[in-house]
Amino acid sequence: MASRIRIRAQLKDDYCEVKALMRHPMETGMRKDQSGATIPANFIEDVQVLHNDAVVMQAYWGAAVSANPFIGVRFKGGSQGDVVKVIWTDNRGDSGSGETTIR
Amino acid sequence: MFKGSLTSFLFIFMAFWSGVILSETEGVFDEYRELLGDDNPAIFVIYDGEEIWFAPGGPKSVSLEQCDLGLGPGIVEGAYAQLPRYFADVDRVQDIEARLEYCMVNLQGRTQDSIHARPYSLRGDLGTELEALVAWIADQSNGLDIAPRQAHAKERASYSLGETLFYYRAGPHDFSCATCHEQTGRRIRLQALPNLTTHEGAGAAFGSWPAYRISQGIVRTMGWRMRDCLRQQRMPELIMGSEASIALQTYLAVNGAGAPMAAPGLKR
Repeated sequence: MASRIRIRAQLKDDYCEVKALMRHPMETGMRKDQSGATIPANFIEDVQVLHNDAVVMQAYWGAAVSANPFIGVRFKGGSQGDVVKVIWTDNRGDSGSGETTIR
Repeated sequence: MFKGSLTSFLFIFMAFWSGVILSETEGVFDEYRELLGDDNPAIFVIYDGEEIWFAPGGPKSVSLEQCDLGLGPGIVEGAYAQLPRYFADVDRVQDIEARLEYCMVNLQGRTQDSIHARPYSLRGDLGTELEALVAWIADQSNGLDIAPRQAHAKERASYSLGETLFYYRAGPHDFSCATCHEQTGRRIRLQALPNLTTHEGAGAAFGSWPAYRISQGIVRTMGWRMRDCLRQQRMPELIMGSEASIALQTYLAVNGAGAPMAAPGLKR
């Protein structure tokens, strides 16, 4: 499945606001499909937001986060044109990333 | 005298209070929508739909590019807003789902059975082709007025059949669509119920489907919404692209005509 991230980073007063929407099924491993078979767990475990390759936010997620998760993060010290990157890794070892520049 | 004014005061207070409860529950969800802004997860499904439209598929390995959604072969922009409508080539009224099925069968050489096997996602699915296509096609009408035609006799017949079905009480609970959807300002649990007999209610409802359902993580179509409403009424399963499904959608589209399309929407 495409590991797409829709990401935006915008300079506000004295901080940079990052909004990211990740495409991920976030299966808990507790659900059963129509035939009664368990749908295997598949969820993001680690999310990082990088500003010019420096980690400004790291989160450890679990099965309780919704499908197609959305995060909003604010950090200080960014300026226009800087690169902001979001990377996730899930329990299967798959990962996805997306990057944008601060506007 | 004193007692009378106290009672009327209480009535006013209660009316005010119930109004607050309803608007507050809507308010929380509006806040949620605002927080996500343009980041409706449906965007991913829209991309998928666009890819599927242009990708060769079916036994004939042809894309859907020559599919005529009512504005001529291959014209997608604005097509959703004028559906359901009459198509001369099939001599009947079709909604987006029935039309896509027609194109998949006639252009791509697929069988009806293969399309009907799983038109809408089941639990654990990540979306069907049909859902993705409908999401993209609806997005191509975003901002346009809902404008279903009522020129052909069969289009008018579809509307009146839809109206009949809307008010038709049946099933173990003696339910009709109207049971929940002909009054204003009502809710079921915490869900506000639109009054679909009014222009405002029908317009807002028709214009916001297909929609990303947060609770399901999937884009659902208007056809699915009709089917699920009938399921909740304990009616027999509504078949995708059937005359009944199309008629109900025609009824809503005509009632809401002139309101803007704002789909794919974002729903609970």
